Amino acid sequence: MYGNDFIDPDEPLNAAEFGDVDDAVAAAATTAAQRAEGGSSFEALLAADQRIEPRDEMPEAYRKTLIRQIAQHAHSEIIGMQPEGNWISRAPSLRRKAILMAKVQDEAGHGLYLYAAAETLGVDRAELLDLLHSGKQKYSSIFNYPTLTWADNGAIGWLVDGAAIMNQVPLCRCSYGPYARAMIRVCKEESFHQRQGFEILWTLSRGTAAQKDMAQDAANRWWWPALMMFGPPDTGDAATTGGHTAQSMAWGIKRFSNDDLRQKFVDMTVPQAAKLGLTLPDPDLRFNEETGHWDFGAIDWSELWRVLKGDGACNAERIERRVGAHHEGAWVREAANAYAARHDLGQQQEYVA
Amino acid sequence: MSRNAIDTSVSDHSVSDHSVSGSSVSDTTLTTDAAAYCLQLGDDALIYAQRLGDWISRAPQIEEDMALANVGLDLLGQARELLTRAGQLDGTGRSEDELAYLRDERQFHNVHLVEQERSDFGFEMARMLWFAAYQCELYAALANSSDETIAGVAGKAVKEVDYHRDHASQWVLRLGDGTSTSYVRMKEGLERVAPYVAELFEDDAVSVAVSEAGVGTLPSSLWDSAFGHVSRVVAQATLTLPTDSTWRSRGGRQGIHSRPMGFLLAEMQHIARSHPGATW
Repeated sequence: MYGNDFIDPDEPLNAAEFGDVDDAVAAAATTAAQRAEGGSSFEALLAADQRIEPRDEMPEAYRKTLIRQIAQHAHSEIIGMQPEGNWISRAPSLRRKAILMAKVQDEAGHGLYLYAAAETLGVDRAELLDLLHSGKQKYSSIFNYPTLTWADNGAIGWLVDGAAIMNQVPLCRCSYGPYARAMIRVCKEESFHQRQGFEILWTLSRGTAAQKDMAQDAANRWWWPALMMFGPPDTGDAATTGGHTAQSMAWGIKRFSNDDLRQKFVDMTVPQAAKLGLTLPDPDLRFNEETGHWDFGAIDWSELWRVLKGDGACNAERIERRVGAHHEGAWVREAANAYAARHDLGQQQEYVA
Repeated sequence: MSRNAIDTSVSDHSVSDHSVSGSSVSDTTLTTDAAAYCLQLGDDALIYAQRLGDWISRAPQIEEDMALANVGLDLLGQARELLTRAGQLDGTGRSEDELAYLRDERQFHNVHLVEQERSDFGFEMARMLWFAAYQCELYAALANSSDETIAGVAGKAVKEVDYHRDHASQWVLRLGDGTSTSYVRMKEGLERVAPYVAELFEDDAVSVAVSEAGVGTLPSSLWDSAFGHVSRVVAQATLTLPTDSTWRSRGGRQGIHSRPMGFLLAEMQHIARSHPGATW
């Protein structure tokens, strides 16, 4: 079932294209202008929907929660360079190769913004990387799945980046200023990534039979892991996450439940699959006229727990490459530090006569 | 280190006294040479971009993942325009992708320097320093090419490769004048790259023909300035350029490549060749 034979550039394709990001920018500017009017205590700032800034007082638990969340997000960007990075050498056209290189480069940039945001809370990047390398901090479990075909680059953009944006748009209004501002920039770039992923699949689904099969296979493999990216149910009777969500919501870090965001993602994505002429691997997927939402089948949470605990196809490989690059690069970083210590680097060294 | 074994039948020129000007690309022999010249330059850029892509997610720090990706993207952009121009000039109308993905190893005209496998960061900065120093002089000269497309590509690219040269230079300074370990590794990097340098500056029948026609420039004419830059950086980095090695690479411009090239092409071309006629 094919839709129109073109991608409408004006039709929103992801959560960052509905104006919420721009609204968050405008709201931040308005509230910042009113900052002096309310009290400056943590509670007063939260109550007035003001941003907490690095020099404001904040509860230690708030600071620790943010460090953990922002670091995990940064680690996900850095590890997330690998699944698609593996395809730079094999991209089937030079245009696709250039787009993919730029995209993976963006992920590195997102990692940098986020480590910088975490550093405003009194940790440094080296400490956080050590925690990643030693397994004490996690990255998104989605990156423990392999990228088996070219179409996986499309599915990652469309589904994985699409799900990530759905999670991240509300974070543009997060109570912690540096994180909220990083998220605004990240969402705008991720929106472009999601669109290029959709466009890869769009092209494949209008290509040869082998290309169409490749696209369908990728959608089949990435659909359920993408739904798991929102995390297990965290509110109501089905909640399994031990109450962190309620605290994060009270602190203005989290604004929607995992299930709410997941449902929004499903509602947005199912019609897009139809436009791509692809099916989704869920026999229970059907539109519910009463609720106005798409009902979907039960998620196999045992898979998420298994992969989180290390038993995914690529857990070992991802960390091995990251740790390997870090160790192999140690002599370079040490040299740069030694050089900086001996030279005034207020200005670049002049070497051209 | 000298520009050893470079074809001495072609005299040296500095960049400044060898500006390209004059005829446009018109007669058949010239267009064939101009197309071959575009392939040489385009293949250098494409194959080095392919090698740099391999660094992304493996660099010493995240900033360097981004920087190496940036250099690779610039080179890939240059390659796409030069390959497209080659396909126009040779009359086949082959696209950038047909030229990148459907030629065999013997039809690629890049130098051996760019096809060598990724090694450590010292090797990469030595390679980038030499290649960018060469490209800076090359594109500065080609900005005056009588072929408007080549002149346009060069005019834009010269700013890009100036950044690449600066990036590599800054790292060579830090590694050479950093720690005792980095000094040794940077020194080894320069030594390993040295046998591949002369080939960059070697004239061949194609470059002689396009140079005479004002379309291109003689690689040998770029040596003095490129060598001058590299030697200044290396000296400031407390290093010395290696003495001439007993062997040097040759043959890339004629499609005679080294062992890594076939494997590079196998990886780069595999998906495109597995789906003949497909659009991506």
